[in-house]
Amino acid sequence: MTRHLLSIDDVSAEEIQQLFATAAEMHDVQKREVKKLPALRGRTVINLFFEDSTRTRSSFEIAGKWLSADVINLSAKGSSASKGESLRDTVLTVTAMGVDGLVMRHSASGAAHQVAGWLDIPVINAGDGMHEHPTQALLDGYTLQRQLGGPGSLEGKRIAIVGDLTHSRVFRSNVKSLSKLGASVVAVAPPTLMPSGVAEWAKADGFATSYTLDDVLPEVDAVMMLRVQRERMSGGYFPTSREYTVGYGLTRQRLALLREGVPILHPGPMNRGLEISPEAADAASSRILDQVSAGVAIRMSVLYHLLAGEESA
Amino acid sequence: MSLLIKGASVLGAEPTDVYVDGGVIREIGTVSATADEVVAASGLVLLPGLVDLHTHLRQPGREDAETVASGAAAAAAGGYTAVLAMANTSPVTDTAEAAVSVWELGREAGLADVFPVGAVTKGLAGEELAELALMNRSRAGVTVFSDDGRCVSDPRVMRRALEYVKAFGGVISQHSQDPSLAPYGSACCHEGELSGRLGLPGWPGVAEEVIVARDVMLARHTGSRVHVAHASTAGTVEVLRWAKAQAEKDGSWAVTAEVTPHHLLLTTDLLAGYDPTFKVNPPLRPAEDVEALRAALADGTIDAVATDHAPHARQDKEHAFVDAAFGMLGLEEALSVVSTVMVSSGLLDWAGVARVMSTTPARIAGLEGHGRPVAVGEPANLALVDPAATYVVDRDRSLSLSRNNPWHDRKLTGRVVSTYLRGKQTYAG
Repeated sequence: MTRHLLSIDDVSAEEIQQLFATAAEMHDVQKREVKKLPALRGRTVINLFFEDSTRTRSSFEIAGKWLSADVINLSAKGSSASKGESLRDTVLTVTAMGVDGLVMRHSASGAAHQVAGWLDIPVINAGDGMHEHPTQALLDGYTLQRQLGGPGSLEGKRIAIVGDLTHSRVFRSNVKSLSKLGASVVAVAPPTLMPSGVAEWAKADGFATSYTLDDVLPEVDAVMMLRVQRERMSGGYFPTSREYTVGYGLTRQRLALLREGVPILHPGPMNRGLEISPEAADAASSRILDQVSAGVAIRMSVLYHLLAGEESA
Repeated sequence: MSLLIKGASVLGAEPTDVYVDGGVIREIGTVSATADEVVAASGLVLLPGLVDLHTHLRQPGREDAETVASGAAAAAAGGYTAVLAMANTSPVTDTAEAAVSVWELGREAGLADVFPVGAVTKGLAGEELAELALMNRSRAGVTVFSDDGRCVSDPRVMRRALEYVKAFGGVISQHSQDPSLAPYGSACCHEGELSGRLGLPGWPGVAEEVIVARDVMLARHTGSRVHVAHASTAGTVEVLRWAKAQAEKDGSWAVTAEVTPHHLLLTTDLLAGYDPTFKVNPPLRPAEDVEALRAALADGTIDAVATDHAPHARQDKEHAFVDAAFGMLGLEEALSVVSTVMVSSGLLDWAGVARVMSTTPARIAGLEGHGRPVAVGEPANLALVDPAATYVVDRDRSLSLSRNNPWHDRKLTGRVVSTYLRGKQTYAG
């Protein structure tokens, strides 16, 4: 794999399977009494978060620590621009302290990509604006693949990704990763929450789109609900929460449209009652907590592959 | 100080000599007189000095990015003898005193005539008219008014501005961006497939087109003059085509428009790497818009090329793409870009270049000493161009204080070799 993980574009289908295989080994560490591997002993990783995040930051922190890395969390809330310092100066300063790897979240699309151009240490994109969240997509794919029967099991499967696609980096990464794993994606949203140019994009990348969730649910092998990102909306994307839920929420009634045992995913945090009902979130087929657990394993795998080096592999 | 330019091709016509004395063209033809300076110009094209309707010189307020003097030097290097300096400085050029200050800085530099553009509204706030008439009556003689960087989005304010400047023949140059459809600051990428993929906030073409359409109707209603700054879409071209036909029929109002060199050549796909060098407002558009803009410039629907030269200090571009400053340099390479795009393809000849980069911009701005024919008795504001020169742009050779140059490492054809302001050489390449 490449030196950075900025986008799902950086990893091939084969590399994704390598990451999954390593993640499966890492996953077993979670069951041990002593959750520690020596792979990154003596390495320092900085989690530089320009945007609030509890679960992703914690997940990377635990992953790093279980690999014996020294993990430093730095919050740089607000854009560096608003403080007068350029992004370049901020990251050069932070990483000049002998850092071996940078995990970065930023509210601006492309920020991790730009930063990678200024640094000579691995950069892992922990979410950049509305662009990508590659480790989330990897953990989603890993969770689904385990659920559906192991390597190759996503081949030919139909996966619905539902909700606020416009603002979703999870969607943008997942549509790439699931396609690389052989699944076909159907993206479901009201027209106002479809990304611009989605028709050409879908045609080029081979996924489908739909405005009608009820038509899609009966035919899918998994459903991935997305959070409605109200904080990114300046208004007018849909009339009311009630209308959104009626059209696009995974309600108790809609659960009945899914085939038996179809996995339900959500990257969290959930707006219960808006995009997902409590019955769906807590259903036996819900894999939402599995995603959280898989997140640590995937991030351990990514950190290991990027930072441990060939000699440790 | 006399000057003899020997064997130049005036506007691309047959080679001839041009004799200048006292800042005025005295003789054209086979000149036998000697001069203090003789320039061998065989193979070179002689144009009237270029006029830029749209330059950002950053002084006062951001002298680290550009000063009037450094901007004027860059202008001279691009063949310009006159530039109109936009009002969005800090403080804003919205009073006669501020306008005169910029004008005087230009006189002191002596490299190009710097004509300040006055703000339409106080502080560019879009609410109250600035002192438009006082700016016009000042020594700076302001004729063009613009809140560039922001749109005069309130139709009532725009209507009053158009009415008010009729008293002294002013023109309102509009930055056409409906801020509801393309919010200031955040909308930073042409809205389309690429912005969807990159997760960048889109700036749809229609946000420009609705303002252009509204403004031409307001100009028609008020019988005034509106100028469309940096037209960037095929839709805008369609509106302009209709508006110009109506204006000609009515005869009581006028619409003019400009296009930038970067919108004539660069396309939105350059943003795929999130390089803020290519972040500009309005954004780079798809190839079909670029084609429409070229055709419109060739057929006169778009009147002029204007650079929107927007220097930025390095640290203002070294942010995440959405946080980085909008704008790119343009003065030094504008002629080369027009030559590469329009002349090499046959869309314009050199007389056409003179029209869109000198004569018409000067007419729009009401500048008497610029954009004049290369003829006996006219001021010797001239640009000498090597039409065959091919070169690779090196941003570190720029005379601007900034380096946000979108043409860096790009091969261009046609290059300014000398510029003369009233017979005095202001640039020697």
